[in-house]
Amino acid sequence: MTNKFEMNDPVADLKLDRMKQGLVGSPMDRPDGKMKVSGQATYAHEWDVPGRVYGFLVRSRHPRARVTGINRDAVMQMPGILGVYDDKRLLRNPAQGMADEAPVQGTEEVFYLGQPIALVVAETFEQARHGAEALEVSYTTLDDGVFDPETANIADDDRGRKALDQGDIETAMAQAEFSLDETYRTPGHNSAAMEPHCSIAEWDGDQLTLRGSYQMLKFNRNELADSLGIDPANVRILSPYIGGGFGSKLGIAPEAVSAAIAAKDLGRPVCVTLARQQVFDMVMRRSETRQRVRLACDQSGKLTAIGHEALVSNLPGETFSEPVVQATHFLYGGATRRLGIDVARVNRMCAGSVRGPGEAVGMQALENAMDELAERAGIDPVEFRKRNIPEEHPEKGIPYSTRKLHEALDEGAKRFGWEKRSAEPAKVREGEWLIGTGMATAARVNMLQESQARVTLTAEGKAVVETDMTDIGTGTYAILTQISGDMLGLPPENVETRLGDTDFPPASGSGGSFGASSSGSAVFLACEDIRKQIAEKLQADEADLDLENGEVNAGDQTHKLSDLLNGKPMTGEGHVVPGKTGEAVSQGTYGAFFVEVAVNSTTGETRVRRMQGTFDAGRILNEKTATSQCYGGMVWGIGIALTEELMFDNRDGHIANRDLAEYHVPVNLDVPDIEVHLLKERDPWASPIQSKGIGELSICGAAAAITNAMYNATGIRFRDYPATLDKVISGMAD
Amino acid sequence: MQKTELTINRKKRSIEADPRTTLLDALRHHLDLTGTKKGCDHGQCGACTVLGNGRRINSCLTLACMHDGDEITTIEGLGTPDDLSPLQAAFVRHDGYQCGYCTPGQICSATAMLQEVAEGWPSNVTEDVEVAPPLSREEIAERMSGNICRCSAYPNIVKAILEAAEADQ
Ligand code: FES
Ligand code: FES
Repeated sequence: MTNKFEMNDPVADLKLDRMKQGLVGSPMDRPDGKMKVSGQATYAHEWDVPGRVYGFLVRSRHPRARVTGINRDAVMQMPGILGVYDDKRLLRNPAQGMADEAPVQGTEEVFYLGQPIALVVAETFEQARHGAEALEVSYTTLDDGVFDPETANIADDDRGRKALDQGDIETAMAQAEFSLDETYRTPGHNSAAMEPHCSIAEWDGDQLTLRGSYQMLKFNRNELADSLGIDPANVRILSPYIGGGFGSKLGIAPEAVSAAIAAKDLGRPVCVTLARQQVFDMVMRRSETRQRVRLACDQSGKLTAIGHEALVSNLPGETFSEPVVQATHFLYGGATRRLGIDVARVNRMCAGSVRGPGEAVGMQALENAMDELAERAGIDPVEFRKRNIPEEHPEKGIPYSTRKLHEALDEGAKRFGWEKRSAEPAKVREGEWLIGTGMATAARVNMLQESQARVTLTAEGKAVVETDMTDIGTGTYAILTQISGDMLGLPPENVETRLGDTDFPPASGSGGSFGASSSGSAVFLACEDIRKQIAEKLQADEADLDLENGEVNAGDQTHKLSDLLNGKPMTGEGHVVPGKTGEAVSQGTYGAFFVEVAVNSTTGETRVRRMQGTFDAGRILNEKTATSQCYGGMVWGIGIALTEELMFDNRDGHIANRDLAEYHVPVNLDVPDIEVHLLKERDPWASPIQSKGIGELSICGAAAAITNAMYNATGIRFRDYPATLDKVISGMAD
Repeated sequence: MQKTELTINRKKRSIEADPRTTLLDALRHHLDLTGTKKGCDHGQCGACTVLGNGRRINSCLTLACMHDGDEITTIEGLGTPDDLSPLQAAFVRHDGYQCGYCTPGQICSATAMLQEVAEGWPSNVTEDVEVAPPLSREEIAERMSGNICRCSAYPNIVKAILEAAEADQ
């Protein structure tokens, strides 16, 4: 029977801490590592599927139009062309994360420049690409396009999403000892996962197998089936290796549905890979934001009011709105609060989740504002934050689960050498370089999601873990191996973790930083199930079992697992479901960033010289992969502070910089030797294994620490991101 | 169709392909060597880095038919899961990757880069071009900046390369 657990109460039993094998928490190398470094890991495009042919998507050249025809016949005459598809089931844009149903479909009406409107399939990739370029499309253009979110009319039901109006903010601002009312702008961002989206669709009768690059398979299966109008039971998705996701592969995307349609028609497997430019055009962007932040505090630096109101955008018909103020709800005190989000409907490509949706840009503005108000109040920025850590949730009045924000701020400051800093800006100079330091708080909501797993102890006494969970680089293979190795007393080489197959029990999927805790808990529960069965055999109590190196010890008896099994495998199933602890307490993850920058007074270049992050995310499951996740978030912080910006042309909404030469993600030399410190913590409210999410925390506030350091270096406040050279130079001229 | 003969990972291989086929697509679509990755197809990311006659090149930026007679080394030629090259092993130890998609390109690039340093090539951050360049953190970071890692494993990529290079000395 499945070991099902609903997270209704805190789990005080720190069972993983009592396990003898000693894997959880250790910096174990990834079990998938050898395959990755030797080029043997099979990403979506790389499956050997005999007879496969290639498809290339055709994009709309207009932002608002009706497609009136395509010259299919002419393209069909070209060498190697097998088919041209403008099926109405083609997706306008990918499904949002956890949508569980088809997104907007159709090829007749165009909503943004770059929208996929047809697929050309040929024997070879070169022929398909040529055919797609040659396809002539006729349009009737429509002149109702809206391209600039800042001037768009906003419908009533798009106003004040997630709004809160507590107290009177105008009065609080007027009566405050110190206050701030500033507007910040962050541009759109692209996930730019290194592996472009790819799907190979293959039919066997009514059965569809899709080898794709997806983060959340149980949802993707339903989304794909719904898009095609078929039964989800007839769909299998395989994604054992994913070349990065960061939100861009949460929902089923145009390449998958078009490949499936063409493969069905042709009776051959069809492989559709997006070109890098198409990833920019038609996957997902992080919405640009305009954020008005108002802060008020008293003489002692206690916040009395917080206002955080944002304007974001999306396509008509999309439910997602960048949750900019997510952390502002719970991070700092202040009795008077006004928060909310307005959504402008624009004919730009679809907006959706990109690493750290909400906090990545929301914390950026909030932490810039906190830095500035601390200065106005004459209080050290670290101290100012500590004074505003609330006792209880400032809106709901509920307690927090574990929260080591105070410790993170102190520990980070100590390790960084914060006390040596000159608080006065533009005071430290090395030749033409201006040197400055800055800091920011890190904060992100924490969630648990339903997840299932199966663990089988084979007759030889080895474990096989199966779940449709994915590893998008996050380290899932490692942590699930560690959890089951500890629970069953097996060295990692005797545990095989199989992921990314919808034939396995459905997991949470990778998203929202909930993957490790959710899928890890399901595996933990499945192993507990096995331990109970072993205990029963030995007529012992499960809690009294010691399992280590393939042996089980209960009281005075010791057995080899393989002897105990006596030729018969044993299976355990685990199923975790979120419950009341999600509402009873405020669950978040916390940390602090400290940064030193050098800004060149002649060229305006900014170099991040030192970057340090201290984080509290509950139990750390693997120190090595968790640290890598933190590097990732912090480097993204460097990108969004300094270089990353989707440039939309407001005449037609197209992206002017739709490739990796023009959209500037950080490269090796942009990144210093980052220091990450993980605080020791167990959060009994968060999950049965006391862990929380870490993949996104380290981006949430990172960019603000950099621009706060740039202020300390130059005396210039940057509120219009990214803080590029031209803005530095013009700031210095003022 | 264009016939091209090359030596790949010390084996003679021959393909007949559309002359528009890039070296990268020849490897991935025609030679069953999918270890070399495609991140951009435009020479902007480095995921497709292979060694052409010992030098690192972006295999997406060159047509297969231009390499008749050339020696190509791909990630598969540097080591296997059971017999990793020192650099490959150092990448595993230091977690010099996350999703692993840029990794073959990083490792091919680093393999050639260490050779370039050994041959005394200066880089954009070399202070004194008259003497042998040091293998500093900064030198490695500069010389590896043509290989994007969106997972941002950069600090560990540098550590892995430093360790492998030091072990070699
Ligand atoms: S694929 Fe060749 S450089 Fe990006
Ligand atoms: S490991 Fe994912 S892009 Fe480098």
